[in-house]
Amino acid sequence: MAAAVQKPNETPLVRVLDDEGRVRDPKRDPEIATGDLKRIYRHMVLLRHLDERLLRMQRQGRLGFYMTSTGEEATQLGSAWALADQDWIFPSYREPGVALWRGYGLEEFFCQLFGNAADPLKGRQMPVHHSVARIHFVSISSPVGTQIPQAVGAARAAQIRRDGVAVATYFGDGATSTSDFHVGLNFAGVWRAPCVFVCRNNGWAISVPLSKQTGSATIAQKAFAYGIPGVRVDGNDALAVASVMREALERARAGEGPTLIEAVTYRRGPHSSSDDPSAYRDPSEPKRWEKRDPVERFRKHLHARELWSEAWEKELVEEIQRDVAAALEAAEAMPPKPPVASMFEDVYREMPWHLAEQRDALQGYLARRGPVGEAH
Amino acid sequence: MPVMNIIQAVNDALRLEMKRDERVVVLGEDVGKFGGVFRATQNLQEEFGEERVMDTPLSETGIIATAIGMAIYGLRPVPEIQFVDFIWSAFDQIVSEAAKFRYRSGGQYPCPMTIRTPYGGGIKGGHYHSQSPEAYFTHTAGLKVVIPSGPYDAKGLLLSSIRDEDPVIFMEPKRIYREAREEVPEGEYTVPLGEAKIAREGRDVTLLAWGAMLHTCRKAVEKAAEAGVDVELVDLRTLLPLDIGTVIESVKKTGRVVIAHEAPKTCGYGAELIALVNEKAFTSLAAPPRRVTGYDTPFPYTLEHEYLPDAGRIEEALVETARY
Repeated sequence: MAAAVQKPNETPLVRVLDDEGRVRDPKRDPEIATGDLKRIYRHMVLLRHLDERLLRMQRQGRLGFYMTSTGEEATQLGSAWALADQDWIFPSYREPGVALWRGYGLEEFFCQLFGNAADPLKGRQMPVHHSVARIHFVSISSPVGTQIPQAVGAARAAQIRRDGVAVATYFGDGATSTSDFHVGLNFAGVWRAPCVFVCRNNGWAISVPLSKQTGSATIAQKAFAYGIPGVRVDGNDALAVASVMREALERARAGEGPTLIEAVTYRRGPHSSSDDPSAYRDPSEPKRWEKRDPVERFRKHLHARELWSEAWEKELVEEIQRDVAAALEAAEAMPPKPPVASMFEDVYREMPWHLAEQRDALQGYLARRGPVGEAH
Repeated sequence: MPVMNIIQAVNDALRLEMKRDERVVVLGEDVGKFGGVFRATQNLQEEFGEERVMDTPLSETGIIATAIGMAIYGLRPVPEIQFVDFIWSAFDQIVSEAAKFRYRSGGQYPCPMTIRTPYGGGIKGGHYHSQSPEAYFTHTAGLKVVIPSGPYDAKGLLLSSIRDEDPVIFMEPKRIYREAREEVPEGEYTVPLGEAKIAREGRDVTLLAWGAMLHTCRKAVEKAAEAGVDVELVDLRTLLPLDIGTVIESVKKTGRVVIAHEAPKTCGYGAELIALVNEKAFTSLAAPPRRVTGYDTPFPYTLEHEYLPDAGRIEEALVETARY
């Protein structure tokens, strides 16, 4: 249990809920409004539903690639709740919940996955590399960790402009081994940039466990070397994540500088649809983490607060299924490819001659020979 | 009109643009209080403050990555990489991030930034202070690559680069930073990107060059003239996007082409130029295209003047090509 077993250290794990969803630390309870509590739960259930449905579609050959969030819903939604509308996010590929929470639509979400004619990214990125400027959900790249120092630059810009914006960046435990992580935390420490670093420590970077990723007892403690606070939180406890995230964002906005949050959670599924964890991981490990399921725990909490009922659950699930089915149907009805000419657009703001020449050559070829197939 | 060297012209452009546009910020190693190791950013911090002229921690990755974040957010960063030879730790951030942001976000996130960096040999700098790696960047979709050869162009091209909506690598010929001097207008003016300049008109051979090589080429052109060869010297100024019209028009006129660059020969930018000439002016050619370049070795310290194309090597290539 690479992620679960942490050596004793000086950064205690922040928890609000116990495993049964009861508040064990009322002082830490972020006191989220009833409507938001229910909305957080709704998004957790939605994410779980999307994971099941889309992984199945990938297996059926209806989708090229997918990455699940299963087990990490509380980290995504708890932190998303604390972010303000004007805040910026430099995400990795495992925070679709943050985008959906902030208003990313299901239909555009699916169109991105399909890379079809209605894909906001015009079919230029693999599935799950969402980018939504209107909610400040910045573009995702596949190389791990590159977004971390970029987020610090954006935070520095916000600081210079004094516009009260905080920047959050998300990454996994594997990213903490990259030079970009070190560089980002170092620059942020020097500039006291309004930046919150959210590390989803889910125990695994594809097949490599945390114990082979770092010699540190925790990820949070790495912050101290850069002169910034490091916080360790139960990543499967949405209220605890919301609480530490809000605190970190308040510090950032108050000019008190950056924070590193280590959300201790677990990647219950494969790294991606192309991965097979049975080749490297004891199957009893994800089983054990099922008992610490973040969605179940949050449901129990809502139940204890009398905000949950069997009837509401049924209604909620039906509504989600209906929304997802309708959005999927609309997305699948779109033409499967964007126009060929769009391949040459947005390389630069204005298309230089050599791209126009190449575009015209391709269009001429297609006009002569008809559409190209998958086989070459 | 004042006479300036390239350093003064770059400094003047930065000051004017920072005054005109408050989004413009400068960042890099030693660029603030010290004004840069070549003094290109001298007095800027005094005038614009520490928030707009930032001494960063020593990390090229960090300089470029944070500049990307600033550009994405809405500033106009002008990061400096102290020597282009130090740029490699930031290569990922330049070619895979800055150059791709607009495209991969479906046009939602442009990344306008100008990376200033001194390049080139002849200053006794050894391998790590002498290279000319422009071809690594001209191979990158989404980047623009600009290399001025003198103070007037340095100022006008830098202003165009900072105002451009796409990321620009602005490579400064450090060997002639102070040696190249000419009259430079005091106020703002721009030299458009993507436009070459005919530095000297001629009938017999087209000579394509950029940056510090222009000055070596001028000497070679004079010597060739003594041998009765009339050379048309073209200063490309922007390598990407290339001013293909000027290049091809000149080659069609002369029927002969020589390319001079400091970078190693194999897969250098000269190779691309020859390929384009063959594609677009093959039937006009009266002689095989020639390249005069650095060698396919690491950049040497003691033997740097043997490594670099000198006027004699270029002159021989011009005369041989003319008499082919």
